[in-house]
Amino acid sequence: MDFELNEDQRMLADTVSSFAKQSSPLARFRKLRDDECGWDPAVWRQMGELGWLSVPFPEEVDGLGGSFVEVAVILECLAATLVPEPYVPSVVLGGYALLLAGSLEQQKRFLPPMMEGRTSLALAHAERTSRYDSTVVRTMAKRAGESWTLTGEKEWVLNGHAADEIVVSASTPDGLALFVVPRDAAGLTLESLRTLDGHHAARARLEGVAVGADRLLGEPGAGAGTLDRLMDLGATAACAEGVGIAQAMLAMTVEYLKTRQQFGVKIGAFQVLQHRAVDMFIEVEVCRSMTMEAVMRVGADDDDERRAAVSAAKAQLAVGGRFVANQSIQLHGGVGCTDEHDIGLYFKRMRALNSLFGDEEHHVARYGALDEFTAGLE
Amino acid sequence: MDLSFTPQEERFRQEVRAWIAEAMPADLAAKARVDGHFDHAEVMRWHRILFEKGWVAPHWPTEHGGPGFDANRRFILTEELELAGAPLLSPFGLSMVGPLLIQFGSDAQKKRYLPKILSGEEVWCQGYSEPEAGSDLAALRTSAVDDGSGSFILNGQKTWTTYAQYADWIFCLVRTDPTVKKQAGISFLLIDMKTPGVEVKPMLTLGHTPAFCDTFFDNARVPTENVVGPLNGGWTLAKALLGHERTLIAAVGTSSRALRRVKRIAAATEVDGGRLIDRPEWRARIARLEIRLRGLKMANYRALAGAQLGRAPGPESSFMKIRGSEILQDVFELAMDAMGHDALSWFNQEGAVPPIEQWVAPVYCYNRATTIYGGTNEIQKNVIAKWILGLSDR
Repeated sequence: MDFELNEDQRMLADTVSSFAKQSSPLARFRKLRDDECGWDPAVWRQMGELGWLSVPFPEEVDGLGGSFVEVAVILECLAATLVPEPYVPSVVLGGYALLLAGSLEQQKRFLPPMMEGRTSLALAHAERTSRYDSTVVRTMAKRAGESWTLTGEKEWVLNGHAADEIVVSASTPDGLALFVVPRDAAGLTLESLRTLDGHHAARARLEGVAVGADRLLGEPGAGAGTLDRLMDLGATAACAEGVGIAQAMLAMTVEYLKTRQQFGVKIGAFQVLQHRAVDMFIEVEVCRSMTMEAVMRVGADDDDERRAAVSAAKAQLAVGGRFVANQSIQLHGGVGCTDEHDIGLYFKRMRALNSLFGDEEHHVARYGALDEFTAGLE
Repeated sequence: MDLSFTPQEERFRQEVRAWIAEAMPADLAAKARVDGHFDHAEVMRWHRILFEKGWVAPHWPTEHGGPGFDANRRFILTEELELAGAPLLSPFGLSMVGPLLIQFGSDAQKKRYLPKILSGEEVWCQGYSEPEAGSDLAALRTSAVDDGSGSFILNGQKTWTTYAQYADWIFCLVRTDPTVKKQAGISFLLIDMKTPGVEVKPMLTLGHTPAFCDTFFDNARVPTENVVGPLNGGWTLAKALLGHERTLIAAVGTSSRALRRVKRIAAATEVDGGRLIDRPEWRARIARLEIRLRGLKMANYRALAGAQLGRAPGPESSFMKIRGSEILQDVFELAMDAMGHDALSWFNQEGAVPPIEQWVAPVYCYNRATTIYGGTNEIQKNVIAKWILGLSDR
């Protein structure tokens, strides 16, 4: 058992943290909230140059051959100042879709431009009636000779407003399939929507979008298994980011308790507020421990081992992460309810993370339905 | 980062599992299967079996009779014992005064006391709380006055001295200097329970077990050489010991086993032709609690992995007493709810309720103590607020 980062991972954490602090302070995110894109292509390229977009991909496609541990380190560190570049949609969702389901040729075609920060990716999986079940897909893909025709509507495609290539799930007679659709494909309409956390997503309408067979990832029918893993990677990424956010909120709140004066004393002297802060501290530590487990098991060969760890961590983020976020606002009092104060920016991001990749109810039910949960009770 | 155990560690786990199955006497094993309550004699029988195997104090250094296990092996042994439902050994000697003597005791004290703690020949209890000194432990008043001829004369009362009626020795915090700041006048003293003037009065707990006692000292004469560490230095020892106790009562294994029992009850409980555990709201309730427990377990793993690297328990372990005791209470609350009307049964003859439900109600009641003993959870929060978050009272 080893919960330590290795030397390289520690260096990575240091580099990303100082980047977040110095090159992307919260003021940058605040400004980009009003921007049409919400993130800066120049900073994205810089991240590419630093190698952050290549860490989990194998060396044969010019990646750095790392693991999800590095991805989680980067996400947690970037969360400290809410760096808005599309790391999750591009690296974790689009990138891993290619890694898990794409041929070597497809990986070599789509991954390097993204890893260099010249393009970004997205995953279009959610639909009006799917909620958190990625296997409910009404978007249809019909084979037409050597190509496919896609028709349907996808919702809340993270970074869909800006992505160059979008991985789209669709139903075929053989089951679910994933296609890489270019943003300028004929018949594809992307409607940019603002999200509560200051980011953007897209609604994607596909009206007879034709894609070549070279843009189908793997065999038709293999999509469900890939999506199950992608949703777990997304949930784990949300947990890693959530730990960074919760940690930041706890630190800001404790600092506030040590400076704000009322009744002639620092409010941190009041026991009721001390205990609330301790409750927040406990939730942060539990989130961190469970996220570590999810990060270490998200690549497990045993599907149920992965599902149990990820669902547990995501359910904890829903309960504990939200507690930290809510209490941070409460302990800041009136100023916490203003747009001017930074605490609210973290609060909104935490709320967004809890609406993505499965909510508490979804993950608790999934956890309870695993074979292991009721094994050996007779 | 890596969660796996080495092949050698996995082999060790198999070895432990096989040994427990073979070594546990049939009557204890039968009780273990239904999570029955083990009485003092049964606990001590199991203590001696573990002692003979050399595994009774896995966390002690080899020079004092420990098996020399690293943190991972200690963890595996503890986990396997808990999963088997083996009796929980009395912590007062093995986990409390023993480690404290190893850390602070004189050579003569180590030689005198440690072997008999290991063998189970001498049973210990703890004398901290007093009627007027609970959370405010430093307000304790039991006085030890040096008579100038090698003895203290003890007067006062200790309370919640768990299982003092079975104990041969008690370790106490006593006031040896009433003239200084209250924390500065306390010493850590070992007292033979057979000393004239020491009297024990057991009382019933909420669980109807005689676990609690009052222990009275009426001019009891105790050798001054029985002080551990410096005279008037007892507060430092008390704090060190509370650290041990805090991680000890995270009770991950106990809760894991109890939660499994909840599932077994819910699987065996038929409701209108179906199983209780198959009701979605029940499935979700149990799953929520198991997820909470899993979080505690992971925090515990982190602390253990840190210990393996020689790191002192950090912030990740300081809260485990709080969370662990809450979870243990919640698990038994869930068990009571799962039992429906059967939860009403109170010490009836066998067969009144299914065997698996037999001990739930008394343990449920007794477990209200878990958020109180070892320093109430509120006191624990004061400690974390001050020492980890840096929040002061001014």
